[in-house]
Amino acid sequence: MSAHADELMDYDQAVSLFDPVIGLETHVELGTNSKMFCSCPTEFGAEANTQICPVCVGLPGSMPVVNAVAVESTIRMGLALNCDIASWCRFARKNYFYPDMPKDYQISQYDEPLCTDGYLDVIVPTDDGPQVFRIEIERVHMEEDTGKLTHSGGDTGRIHGADYSLVDYNRAGIPLIEIVTKPIPGTGALAPVVARAYVAELRNLMRSLGVSNVRMEEGSLRCDVNVSLAKPGEPWGTRSETKNVNSLRSVERAVHSEIERQSALLTSGGRVIQETRHFHEDTGRSTSGRSKEQAEDYRYFPEPDLVPVAPSLEWIEQLRASLPEAPAAKRARLQESWGITDFEMQTLVNTDALDVIEETVAAGVEQSAARKWWMGEFARSAKEQGIELSQLRVRPADIVRVEALIGEGALTDKMARQVFEGVLAGEGDVDSVIAQRGLVVVSDDTSLLAAIDEALAAQPDVAEKIASGKVQAAGAIVGAVMKATQGQADAAKVRALLLEKLGVSE
Amino acid sequence: MGDLMGHDLTRQSASTLADAISQGEVSAEEVTKAHLERIAEVDPRVHAFLYVDSDDALAAAKGVDAKRARGDRLGALAGVPLALKDILTMKGVPTTCGSKILEGWRPPYDSHVVERLRTSDIVILGKTNMDEFAMGSSTEHSAYGPTRNPWDLERIPGGSGGGSSAAIAAFEAPLAIGTDTGGSIRQPAAVTGTVGVKPTYGGVSRYGLVALASSLDQAGPCARNVLDTALLHAAIAGHDPRDSTSINAAVPDVVGAALNGDVRGMRIGLVRELSGAGYQAGVEQRFREAVELLEGLGAEVIEVSCPHFEYALGAYYLILPSEASSNLARFDGMRYGLRAGDDGSHSVEEVMAITREAGFGPEVKRRIMLGTYALSSGYYDAYYGQAQKIRTLITRDFDAAFTQVDVLISPTAPTTAFKIGEKVDDPIAMYLNDVATIPVNLAGNAAMSLPIGLAPEDGLPVGLQIIAPPMTDDRLYRVGSAVESALVDKWGQLLIEEAPAL
Ligand SMILES: [Zn+2]
Repeated sequence: MSAHADELMDYDQAVSLFDPVIGLETHVELGTNSKMFCSCPTEFGAEANTQICPVCVGLPGSMPVVNAVAVESTIRMGLALNCDIASWCRFARKNYFYPDMPKDYQISQYDEPLCTDGYLDVIVPTDDGPQVFRIEIERVHMEEDTGKLTHSGGDTGRIHGADYSLVDYNRAGIPLIEIVTKPIPGTGALAPVVARAYVAELRNLMRSLGVSNVRMEEGSLRCDVNVSLAKPGEPWGTRSETKNVNSLRSVERAVHSEIERQSALLTSGGRVIQETRHFHEDTGRSTSGRSKEQAEDYRYFPEPDLVPVAPSLEWIEQLRASLPEAPAAKRARLQESWGITDFEMQTLVNTDALDVIEETVAAGVEQSAARKWWMGEFARSAKEQGIELSQLRVRPADIVRVEALIGEGALTDKMARQVFEGVLAGEGDVDSVIAQRGLVVVSDDTSLLAAIDEALAAQPDVAEKIASGKVQAAGAIVGAVMKATQGQADAAKVRALLLEKLGVSE
Repeated sequence: MGDLMGHDLTRQSASTLADAISQGEVSAEEVTKAHLERIAEVDPRVHAFLYVDSDDALAAAKGVDAKRARGDRLGALAGVPLALKDILTMKGVPTTCGSKILEGWRPPYDSHVVERLRTSDIVILGKTNMDEFAMGSSTEHSAYGPTRNPWDLERIPGGSGGGSSAAIAAFEAPLAIGTDTGGSIRQPAAVTGTVGVKPTYGGVSRYGLVALASSLDQAGPCARNVLDTALLHAAIAGHDPRDSTSINAAVPDVVGAALNGDVRGMRIGLVRELSGAGYQAGVEQRFREAVELLEGLGAEVIEVSCPHFEYALGAYYLILPSEASSNLARFDGMRYGLRAGDDGSHSVEEVMAITREAGFGPEVKRRIMLGTYALSSGYYDAYYGQAQKIRTLITRDFDAAFTQVDVLISPTAPTTAFKIGEKVDDPIAMYLNDVATIPVNLAGNAAMSLPIGLAPEDGLPVGLQIIAPPMTDDRLYRVGSAVESALVDKWGQLLIEEAPAL
């Protein structure tokens, strides 16, 4: 590629000169137990080529059978995106040769997608407060994933120049849905943020529907990002398509850098060519791939091995009626009910803590306590382990139990943290961790008084100060007692006993 | 049931053999051995088989004998040998589809048809020759050399299933499985004096049938008489959830119909468009005699018109290559079969291209190119799209005809068996062989070919095609059985008995 193509214009300058139009194609692996057209398992991370059969390896004579759960998931997603659901549609074959494609065609949908014409509202924080953008959805359709190629040798990590390549067909045939937006104009300088917010909201939606876990680190969500620029009031320019943008941050960066690249190109008298670009996570930039001007001809035609998908109206209505609350509506409801700020809500959403906190509150924990635990100790632990909050060992019921014990005075805050440390480490549930670690609040007066005597004897000057009425000095003695009892005493009670003993009052 | 002792076991019908085996008059092992010996004797000249699986066949036969010895109930065709077209997968047994590109591939799974044959205790002798990937009407397009017609070894046995029809005509097996995409069961049956049925599309699962054109392909039974064909049909038909296009309904009572050949009161339609120019005089003569015979048996024969049939061949040669170009894409040298050019100097795309160049024969390449072109952007509507519209019109022609009649009839093929080499360089002449059979595949109907005599000018067999609406396959057997009994009454034996000794 030429160095010219890599020149970037300062972002603020770029968006002052041009209006970006963006578009997103998002592929998400559905969370079905079996593949799109066979009964092979879909679990991630198995040894290569152990989850395959004649169908997903495309052996001669094998035939596909549609996974009904995948169809249902796609319809539910379509309904949640306010789409029309086709009463009759067909799969199509997309023909091209590549070694990760067992049949050298992909079963997809072409001119008869299952869901069309929907929208999704996304909220973006701006200096003038939150702003809503309506993202129009062109289509949602089903298809099968390809196998996964690993290239050895060579320096590009690509098939060209590799010494050899290995194919893992475990991924071949995993059900995917592809969600395609209509072109999104009018986002201005916010284009990268809107793109990111849209993908995040899609992810939230799929999780709330339970159609996919959307584990981005496993590559289960992949975006193709289209960007074109136009001078205000002029027709849209030629678009580029940046492929395989696989995280929220990358979506934002890809749009950002493409706006900078295209504006530099356009202002220096160049022209944007319609092409596929590859995004590089390390640099946040993209490089030119193949030019779409010699567009590949996929020779789509209706898949003759499958019968049409024809969901009945009754079934569609049944699915519509059983949709869960939309994530945006749920956020508004909880924000109101908990009395928290936009910023606080945004933080909960960014930490993926909303669902667990809601669950915890529903289990009977006060919302501030629920937020405190999940956003504090637990979020830290999840981050350290590189997992999601919902994957932690701690359950809402554990928090209910701990909060109850704190209320009874049977646990101190410090002890509660130790209990959760044990629970998170897999030592057992709340009660067994308490038993194993011997976490008992020291509350009998005799032993507390003995500890107070010891502390006063060790710090006679402090004892004198308190006795002379300087009650603020009591903290030193209380601290010493807490230390001696390894935090298992109730600090308030120690203080009361101390003051009573010395005959002073607050 | 007569005693088979002293009779040639290979000259018997499948039902006779099955009865004798279940009665203990003869063992399944003896029956299998007799056929393996016949194959060893005549197949070097006929070349019906690409692979003979003697050990597994004998083991299966012994298994049937053991079952009988235990007193287990045996199926209607238990122990009867069968020849399997080499386009259906059979676990561990080479499956080439008549192509070099699949040489050496042993599938790790059984096709649905093979599963059903095994369940029925039918003994599979081996895999039969065919035009490469079922593209052809003469079996000359096999990468492994042509099969010869047992009636005249200089002539073709039909195609693509020439190996299966020749195997039964040469008494190497009493039963065979064929597949029919545009006539590949019926035309070989016609030119070898045997019976073949293309069941209703979706009547027999395609799971494990290597696809030529998915919307047209259908496996079906081949035998020397109508009852044997019906028994085999019943053994392989029925719903299979692994084939989405498989029909989930009861299989029509084909065996009952074969046992009750009676056409009295039936309305039979003679398709006007399937006669005249291009039809050999002797073929038309025998066909006219068959019409008279049916009338004599009490059927009412009327002429019907199917005006869009003249476009059938054109539509077929767009739809078939289009689907085939996609179905055959997977033969790229990456996972199984031939791999050529992998010498470290070629890219993966080049290895795919070199493999396909080396592994496919000229007819396969011709059709892949036709199909690739027909599906290309800018041409799709004019070719594939138009062909699909014609397909709809042909289906409507059939629907209209079947409001007037119960079955339709025509000659199966316009000519008798031609000489090997005669049409191999003239694709259009070759394609015209299937002009009468193709409309049936486009509409998904059921159809049979049945021998009705020898053409006077060349002494070669002529076939009658009987066509029934979808899922009324039993009508084929009712009509076929009536015609066959009348002809056997007239000739004293089946036509196949007149074939010259090999
Ligand atoms: Zn599979």
